[in-house]
Amino acid sequence: MEAFTTHTGIGVPLRRSNVDTDQIIPAVYLKRVTKTGFDDGLFHAWRTNDPDFVLNRPAYTKGSVLVAGPDFGTGSSREHAVWALRDYGFKAVLSSRFADIFRGNAGKQGLVAGVLSEDDLEQLWKILEEAPGTEVTIDLENRQAHAGEAGAVFRFDVDDYTRWRLMEGLDDIGLTLRHEQDITDFEAKRPAWLPKTLPARNAESV
Amino acid sequence: MAGTLAEKVWADHVVRLGENGEPDLLYIDLQLLHEVTSPQAFDGLRQEGRTPRRLDQQLATEDHNTPTIDIDKPIADLTSRTQIDTLRRNAEEFGVRIHSLGDVDQGIVHVVGPQLGLTMPGITVVCGDSHTSTHGAFGALAFGIGTSEVEHVLATQTLPLNPFKTMAITVDGTLKPGVTAKDIILAVIAKIGTGGGAGYVLEYRGEAIRTLSMEGRMTICNMSIEAGARAGMIAPDETTFEYVQGRPHAPQGADWDEAVEYWKTLRSEDDATFDTEVHIDADDLEPFVTWGTNPGQGLPLSASVPAPEDFTDDNARVAAENALEYMDLVPGTPLKDIKVDTVFMGSCTNGRIEDLRAFASVLEGRRKHPEVRVMVVPGSARVRLQAEKEGLDQIFLAFGAEWRQAGCSMCLGMNPDQLAPGERAASTSNRNFEGRQGKGGRTHLVSPVVAAATAVRGTLSTPSDLGAPTAPSDLQPVA
Repeated sequence: MEAFTTHTGIGVPLRRSNVDTDQIIPAVYLKRVTKTGFDDGLFHAWRTNDPDFVLNRPAYTKGSVLVAGPDFGTGSSREHAVWALRDYGFKAVLSSRFADIFRGNAGKQGLVAGVLSEDDLEQLWKILEEAPGTEVTIDLENRQAHAGEAGAVFRFDVDDYTRWRLMEGLDDIGLTLRHEQDITDFEAKRPAWLPKTLPARNAESV
Repeated sequence: MAGTLAEKVWADHVVRLGENGEPDLLYIDLQLLHEVTSPQAFDGLRQEGRTPRRLDQQLATEDHNTPTIDIDKPIADLTSRTQIDTLRRNAEEFGVRIHSLGDVDQGIVHVVGPQLGLTMPGITVVCGDSHTSTHGAFGALAFGIGTSEVEHVLATQTLPLNPFKTMAITVDGTLKPGVTAKDIILAVIAKIGTGGGAGYVLEYRGEAIRTLSMEGRMTICNMSIEAGARAGMIAPDETTFEYVQGRPHAPQGADWDEAVEYWKTLRSEDDATFDTEVHIDADDLEPFVTWGTNPGQGLPLSASVPAPEDFTDDNARVAAENALEYMDLVPGTPLKDIKVDTVFMGSCTNGRIEDLRAFASVLEGRRKHPEVRVMVVPGSARVRLQAEKEGLDQIFLAFGAEWRQAGCSMCLGMNPDQLAPGERAASTSNRNFEGRQGKGGRTHLVSPVVAAATAVRGTLSTPSDLGAPTAPSDLQPVA
């Protein structure tokens, strides 16, 4: 994973709450077995059917900082939603509330998911709507977003551990495997009756 | 030991406590896999030269992409076929147990796990599917994960996680006839909202929960995610033990006694404190239905379509405006006047044998509305066999319904079972998102008995809206 410190790019105001992962990328795009190339599926229904959709407006098309309403990323656990945002070019999503699984997935893929207060969200939307194409700078170290000519600063939350991993660009599995002995010790103490899928049994074998 | 059920199960799975803001490292007892969210995880293992740590704690099945008719023929959709073939190749290469299409143990991953007795009280269960919360019905800590985490569990059998907050949802009282587990959970989501459970494990408790069957409890825990909670749990009791005992992978003999001894400790202590508490009175509940495009946009069936002005919160008002436009509904319309084109009975929410029995109990001696398509899809191949053993298939067919093979089917638009643009469905599944059941499709979430009554009348209905059924001998054969 690439290390993230700061990023500056066009802010995209998505004035909708409850943007579920089916809207971010419909199920039909989930049939692929690759991990890249999902940008064509991003917000597919809205990009296809609604000429006024924010990403269809030229000033926002090249956006890389998405500013969305509360409960962003609800629903399905599909990491494809994060892959689609990433492949389109988004580096950060700001919202007043994220679904847990989406936020976790974002952290694994180097996409910053920062939580803003509702008041700040409203203010940031206004800045981005009044001057389409306004750039937003995401300063992960200080957990700040800077936007607009007046130099407005918005504080966002990202938990310490995720922030550290994003800034270092660390791979989670590698980090966990440093504690492999702890896992082995834990396994040695597990009761024998816990579920085992192998050898396979079924209704005919009991 | 003081603490809530969720805290107890968490504590029993901590491999290593996090230090300095690090998350805890949590042990995972069981990982369930399916074709959609696993290919990139297996690829990741290959790229890094890693192998699964515990093959005996993995189980794969095919469900999301699989067709529910003509399953003996090659899958027509090439990308779906590729994804299924990829899972089969990965399972073979790495040695993962798999139940493929056509196998007697194939089915929706959240139906198969409990059915095989792999889902037990007090274990941790993960799957690259948000409805993994289903397994919490057994008192397991079960939650959906993303593909990177699937790879993490394959490689390490653990996950780094921050502890959840806890929310008690107490449902006291007794459900009225015709009101079911599905109505409880739709009412819970309408009450706390689609983000109300974010960051929490929900524990459902109270008299109305205790009297539910395991199937009903699974329906409730299944939809915890629709309230934003990764997991929902119900403390195990005699109902749970009875369901697990004798299943293929359930503990046996002395192991069984030891397991039950432990399982009986898995309840929230009387002095345990929850971060949040919610109360619902079961006596007040009515059959519920969603009118909008998220599962929190629901109302009792006796109500009318709301107007955006009814919502004081700006976001909720805009969401209602968008939803009514997408759903093509006019404020003030009685919900029972809404005509549907399709009734879908199935999914990991309501595709178990008890759900099919409830559906059949309303249909028996009746004929479907001529303009409604009715699809009945069992949650697993075993559920299908059981239903046929009980003669339910004959009731469905006599009613005019399609009786299909097991899979996720019309719950999500990944397989051939989809709504056409503009088509409206009453569905026993879990999500009414825009396009969820097919591009442009419109979904109303309902319980199996409401789905059945709707299939009879052609408009959203409860069983109490139906007259007496015709004696079976008076029905004409279906052409």
